[in-house]
Amino acid sequence: MKTSTSTSFKNNFPLSLQETEVAEEKVIPLGGLKPHISVRNLNISYGSQRILKNVSIDIPNKKITAIIGPSGCGKTTLLKTFNRLIESADGINIDGEVLVDGENIYGNDVEVTHIRKKMGLLSQRPMPLPMSIFDNIAYGMRIHGIRKKALLQEKVEHYLRQASLWEEVKDRLHHPATKLSIGQQQRLCLARGLAVEPEIILGDEPTSALDPISSQRIEEKFVELKKDYTVIMVTHILRQARRIADYIIFMWLGEIVEHGPAQELLENPKEEMTREYVKGVIS
Amino acid sequence: MFWRKFEERLFNLLIRVATLIIVGCLFIIVLTILVKGFPAMSWDMVSRIPSGGFYLGKEGGVLNAIIGSLYLGLGASIFSLVLSIPIVVYINIYSRSTSRFAQFIRISLDILYGIPSIVYGAFGFVLMIAFGLKVSLLAGIITVGLLVLPIMARTMDEVIRTIPKELGDASLSLGATKWETAMKVIMRQAFPGVLTAILLGFGRAVGDAASVIFTTGFTDNIPTSVLQPAATLPLAIFFQLGSPIKEVVDRAYASSLILTVIILIISISSRLLFKRFNKNVIK
Repeated sequence: MKTSTSTSFKNNFPLSLQETEVAEEKVIPLGGLKPHISVRNLNISYGSQRILKNVSIDIPNKKITAIIGPSGCGKTTLLKTFNRLIESADGINIDGEVLVDGENIYGNDVEVTHIRKKMGLLSQRPMPLPMSIFDNIAYGMRIHGIRKKALLQEKVEHYLRQASLWEEVKDRLHHPATKLSIGQQQRLCLARGLAVEPEIILGDEPTSALDPISSQRIEEKFVELKKDYTVIMVTHILRQARRIADYIIFMWLGEIVEHGPAQELLENPKEEMTREYVKGVIS
Repeated sequence: MFWRKFEERLFNLLIRVATLIIVGCLFIIVLTILVKGFPAMSWDMVSRIPSGGFYLGKEGGVLNAIIGSLYLGLGASIFSLVLSIPIVVYINIYSRSTSRFAQFIRISLDILYGIPSIVYGAFGFVLMIAFGLKVSLLAGIITVGLLVLPIMARTMDEVIRTIPKELGDASLSLGATKWETAMKVIMRQAFPGVLTAILLGFGRAVGDAASVIFTTGFTDNIPTSVLQPAATLPLAIFFQLGSPIKEVVDRAYASSLILTVIILIISISSRLLFKRFNKNVIK
């Protein structure tokens, strides 16, 4: 995290931005957009290290939101708080609220499986399950109670088509998923995520391990999917955010520096630091 | 320069000598068993139980010990597996793999691994007295099961520890519970390794003599209930080797041959199974 660039910039920018400002005020209204996820005063620390500092943000419904920022700024941590995967890390402290559809997912009597079912996750490296292509898609449906074979078959085809993978795999549905190319594996993971009928797609640098063509296909999918889903992706590729994001959150050292509609933020950033990042002075 | 070359040559020589000793030992053991055991092999040896003059070199076989060993090996492996799976699932999936509790369990298992089998035999004997159990197959299964437990649990644990955390996360993020993730994803990925663990355990269970002397006992009959004593091949070999009669000593080698073949069959079939189940595993 502490590369030479980040240390030099520490001198230019205060570590904690707008310290005097009340956190609530940092939430800029989405400009008419309906929020799907609302984060309020979220603090996450790992031992004595604070990873997220007083984060409050609204994520617009049915848009592509890109979380950008240099590595180690807490992008992935923020993403993982949305489906509570962050909890599985050792010695993590979570304080604050994350509201999905108005429900605080860190509330006491919230069923974690019910929260996670609402979100599909694409990780950096595609992670097919150790089973066949068919079973990879059917896995989620089976654990959520779908047993009928005909229905499973129909749905598996539907979601493979939705991820534009059907044509490539229809003749080898019962082959191991690991035999697919890495780009196909990522689309398989997308189909697998869609199969549990989520509302939100989370992507943790989902194209970083892929070749340019596979990356492009994932990007195209995301644009298609935002009709029905809220898409949130962490990316370190600024051009990717420029290409497909509707809304951008720029983070720096565990804090949100600036957020807003993509075009506005990229072309007319309000904060000096955002300007530097967008210009490529810091990365 | 000369010194470095000398070092290189010396080490090269050491590798060759060490390899030769290992392979040579295996070769000589197998050769001894074959040369001495094969002439004493007969259909009677594997198809009959000892009759009247067996221990004087007359007719009969060691079917009692073959069946006894298989019962004991199978029983102890199952008993040990039933205890091992919850342990490894707990320390790897429910608690964090690096937590203090998990490390404590690992150290405990490692210590148990180092305890000599005769001590397990004595411990089993104490247990039997406490529970009012007589010398029997059941007492042997419990004792040998405990002896095998650390081998099985630690082997499985090491396999599961190599599985990337993201695989578990992929399953959890679909809304699976920890138990579903453990049984349907992690165990499937670890299956070839689990199979190896079971095989190692079975081999140890079938081959151990010291732990069964006081617990399983010895009999010329095939047990029909777990509450009856049972013969085992290692003890049969032990008794036959101690005999002053040459025919009986030869039978000890024939019995060794049988034991070796049993282990070989299990070893080979597990390799075949390994291949069959390995195809879905992510690499």
